[in-house]
Amino acid sequence: MTYSEDKKVHRVRKGPILALLFSLLLWFVGIALGEPDRVMELARQVCLSCIGLG
Amino acid sequence: MGYVRKWVQIIFGFLMNGYWGFPFSRSIYQGPMKVICAPGLNCYSCPAATSYCILGSLQNLLANVRLSLEAGQYYLGLYVVGSAGVLGGLFGRMICGWACPFGFVQELLHKIPSPKYRVPRPLRYGKFFFLVVFVILLPLFAIDEFGAGVTWFCKFVCPAGTLEAGLPMLVLQPSLRAGLGLIFWNKFVILLLFLVWSVLSSRPFCRVVCPLGAFYALFSRFRMVRLRLDKGNCITCGACHPVCPMGVKFDQSPDDADCITCMKCMTKACRFDAIYLEVGGIPVRAGRTLARPVAATSRQKTEG
Repeated sequence: MTYSEDKKVHRVRKGPILALLFSLLLWFVGIALGEPDRVMELARQVCLSCIGLG
Repeated sequence: MGYVRKWVQIIFGFLMNGYWGFPFSRSIYQGPMKVICAPGLNCYSCPAATSYCILGSLQNLLANVRLSLEAGQYYLGLYVVGSAGVLGGLFGRMICGWACPFGFVQELLHKIPSPKYRVPRPLRYGKFFFLVVFVILLPLFAIDEFGAGVTWFCKFVCPAGTLEAGLPMLVLQPSLRAGLGLIFWNKFVILLLFLVWSVLSSRPFCRVVCPLGAFYALFSRFRMVRLRLDKGNCITCGACHPVCPMGVKFDQSPDDADCITCMKCMTKACRFDAIYLEVGGIPVRAGRTLARPVAATSRQKTEG
């Protein structure tokens, strides 16, 4: 492939799209299972053991 | 570009730590934004933190997965992994270079004049060990008699947590000082070690330990935004090697798991337009028109 061809021939890559779709699937399943509420609950508390104080 | 990146890092630092009411409330932010993940390594127990930490939440969910299943709640960490996966699929380790507060701290420390040393290459695999063992396996399987695990990485290692949460909370709530023990001092020594190492070497924590960086590194070949190498223009002069803060030899491994897409190699080092930015397979930074003849001439000189 020459320089000009290298610059002109562009293909939309499927790998990132598949990775994104899979991640979105996990994300939606997590939401459907009510995980954001639990995450929020955790994040609202000071996790003393997490920071070496508990 | 370095100037732009610095400002983006500052803005992300403030976005992730935008709660400045903590000196008055003497506690952490507890608002609705805590359901959004911080893209970089940012402790959610930091008094100013406005978002949750991917690593902290994942470890907490895995550590208590048995208890939640027994209660009929399927908190498996899918929301957290999905959020991180979306970020990874879009940007990969570009987040480390542009949006991680702890990475920014290390970069600032590295500007302090001192002898500079390389981080040995084999140590780069350490971060995958910490991701698999300290973030996933130990919280999941090292459990007490009640079936609850511990957030191993946060509790025993994370220097970002000590810096952003442990120390500030000791100032805000003096009563906590009574509980200082071996675990805290162990983490404090780890923090000091990485702060000193950051002066001597570039981004040592990101390269050796960071499990979040290891997770994003899994997307090095499957991310939308990445740097690409135009082999036709590259004369393998090696100019991209010394400028890389992560020790990547871009002309030899353009999909390197450690590339944080800081673009120093593209903007500061390469004179032959051999490195360009690509979004989803499409180059977004057009080449300089004189690059090809210059590269060809240089190659002829080198070969000659």
